Amino acid sequence: MIAAKEREYEFDTKRVNPKMFAMWLLIVAIVMLFAGLTSAYIVRMGEGNWYKFDLPIQFLYSTIVIIGSSFTMWWAYRSAKNDEINQVKIGLITTFILALGFCYLQFLGWKSMNAMDLFFADDIHGDKVSASFIYALSGLHLAHMLGGVLFLFIQIVRAFRHRIHKKNLLSTNMCNTYWHFVGILWVYLFLFFYFAH
Amino acid sequence: MSQTATHNAQGHDDHGHHKENFITKYVFSQDHKMISKQFLITGIIMGCFGMIMSILFRLQLAWPDSSFPILETLLGSKWAPGGKLDSSFYMGLVTIHGTIMVFFVLTAGLSGTFSNLLIPLQVGARDMASPFMNMLSYWFFFASSVVLTASVFIESGPAAAGWTVYPPLSALPKAMPGSGLGMTMWLISMVLFIGSALLGGINYITTVLNMRTKGMSMNRMPLTIWAFFFTAILGLLSFPVLLGGSLLLVFDRSFGTSFYLSDIFLNGEGALANSGGSPILFQHLFWFLGHPEVYIIILPALGITSEIIAVNARKPIFGYTAMVISIIGIAFLSFIVWGHHMFITGMNPLLGLVFMVFTLIIAVPSAVKTFNYLATLWRGNIQFTPGMLFAIGLVSFFISGGLTGIFLGNAAIDIQLHDTYFVVAHFHLVMGCAAIFGMMAGIYHWYPRLYGRTMNKTLGYMHFWLTFVSAYMVFFPMHFIGLAGVPRRYYQFSVLPEFGVWDDVNVLITMAAILGAAAQLLFLYNFFSSIFFGKKSEQNPWKSNTLEWTAPIEERLHGNWPGAIPTVHRWPYDYSKPGYEDDFIPQTVPDDGNEEELAHQHTTAPIIPESTDKSEVVHFSALLSKWFGFKNL
Repeated sequence: MIAAKEREYEFDTKRVNPKMFAMWLLIVAIVMLFAGLTSAYIVRMGEGNWYKFDLPIQFLYSTIVIIGSSFTMWWAYRSAKNDEINQVKIGLITTFILALGFCYLQFLGWKSMNAMDLFFADDIHGDKVSASFIYALSGLHLAHMLGGVLFLFIQIVRAFRHRIHKKNLLSTNMCNTYWHFVGILWVYLFLFFYFAH
Repeated sequence: MSQTATHNAQGHDDHGHHKENFITKYVFSQDHKMISKQFLITGIIMGCFGMIMSILFRLQLAWPDSSFPILETLLGSKWAPGGKLDSSFYMGLVTIHGTIMVFFVLTAGLSGTFSNLLIPLQVGARDMASPFMNMLSYWFFFASSVVLTASVFIESGPAAAGWTVYPPLSALPKAMPGSGLGMTMWLISMVLFIGSALLGGINYITTVLNMRTKGMSMNRMPLTIWAFFFTAILGLLSFPVLLGGSLLLVFDRSFGTSFYLSDIFLNGEGALANSGGSPILFQHLFWFLGHPEVYIIILPALGITSEIIAVNARKPIFGYTAMVISIIGIAFLSFIVWGHHMFITGMNPLLGLVFMVFTLIIAVPSAVKTFNYLATLWRGNIQFTPGMLFAIGLVSFFISGGLTGIFLGNAAIDIQLHDTYFVVAHFHLVMGCAAIFGMMAGIYHWYPRLYGRTMNKTLGYMHFWLTFVSAYMVFFPMHFIGLAGVPRRYYQFSVLPEFGVWDDVNVLITMAAILGAAAQLLFLYNFFSSIFFGKKSEQNPWKSNTLEWTAPIEERLHGNWPGAIPTVHRWPYDYSKPGYEDDFIPQTVPDDGNEEELAHQHTTAPIIPESTDKSEVVHFSALLSKWFGFKNL
């Protein structure tokens, strides 16, 4: 009887799992955050007095790396669905390494922007708000990315404790979704910076 | 029986406690009913702070040249030297009053309280989708309240740039005393608040969409739930943008960027190095939240009113579908009208025109809602409970404040009236008073659901009339002051002789404000004493149809229903249905098969009962649905 009630409480219907749904709503909130800030970028650019420069090449490399990590994450999740536990571990660890690589490349990107005399806070040369925007947006993206890296790390620990298998996929699925999202978000930001500057 | 149920309900929450102790029951509670009380009481306390602040600055406005020695005793010689309010502190009071009322009372106190209380109970769920996130939502709000309140007591004073915190006053720590630590604390508080609003909002949306009981289809949801649902969506979409705007502000303040700062000459410092920023950019980001925010405030109040008016007029709500469409329409439009707060920023007149047209279109769904309230009241068997009076009061304020919105929505008029007392009068009536009245209506109506007791009726009536009259006495004269061009937020009108004609009116307004504040003491006494000594309420005191009254109110179980969750068979507005003995039919009563629901679903045109004294109303709705092809959702 108790089991029946629990079922009624947890999943009265066959709708999306509430946790997964909440995850999607979180993604919506993050989308709005970046939509607001990229709109601010466009509004500010439209006002003129906007310093133009080429994006450092490291940002292109990091884009490729993050797309790669999306593929390895997808592979890990697919393996989990097929109960191929070893592949799950390999997939997750590869994704984790690529994620760290992405972070490092972003860091290099900022360094080469520094070398181009473009600083986050520039009170000597002035008028280089365009660079401040790129630092702020890519930094904010990296902060969201780090949340994903933490989530990924938890998944790796769970994989080694045999918690991830065909019948226990919710958490991995959420991590998978979030990871693809931060990947797509960076690709969007990269294209945005590339075309709108 | 109830023991088992409590046990079951707790078993779901993953925290594994079998017996709740003081901490898990009253402090870090995960029960949505307790969290709702926490939101309410924190909101009431914050409301008292906000109200006291308004009295302080009203004293200054009414008697700008007098001194009140008591103020020096209370506030110290820094903020009230010789009993006269310091001008920086005056600005701080105005700012913190606005912030508290808009965010802490009317967003968290209203939406937090009633979304938490009613969403699970009215859709038929044992708790929120994530009780843990719900608890976090409250504690973020609590921390945020503490930080904001603390900022009033620091040496350099609270943030003083107005509740809209426009740069450069907010972006330059040296601009004025409140721009330093006070502003930093304001920002910290707001970031915590946004966290709370997002955690809560995600939970509300998930619960409404995923946790409804059997039979509770979307078109059987009470209008309260529709309103809370769209409020949560508005919050989810707009708060992140404010977060983004605030982050850039933090960067400007603390890291030396120039997103909002350009060509500033600061007295005593000379020209600053900041260049290339745009203060207007902040206004865009702020009002993209700021405008939906006013609907985040008013929609829950309107939802509460829909429910209370239908219950106490003993009639089905008029135009359920139209009400839902209006909520959706208002929610959608609220995102594309933020520019009407910025008509004087020198925007492109064409853009101003677009914002103006959309702004005026909002009058349509708002008017639909108002007419539906009036049509529901019309020839109803009205029960004048205190809750009902406050709900009708909301309709009154919504009309009188809404009408001036049509003036202000016009760019040509707004350019004259911007930042005058006309604006103050407008938004206090339509958003402040209306939403407070909605909140009060909700408190009186659902008090038995919260505490198992009823509030004192006589005190409730006194509270209503004193508040209603004093609110109009405070805000109605402000229209005329504003039309004469008197600007808001000024500290001392006695130095501007041309405004001298308004001195007496300012005294009247302050007197009325003090009367209104005194009336709230009645409410506070009534609220807190009734928790312990109020009359025990029966199970369904208002003879209401909705599900929250089917769960025991005496024993407020975590898990809500001792047995299975009830199944829903009908919409929530079957009041005074012809052919029935009682004038209400709860949602849990099964359809006996040969009846059709009054003015609702499964038919394109509502059924017109043969003999009823409300036939005109129903007939009119049938005509509307024929003419405009309103299909049920």
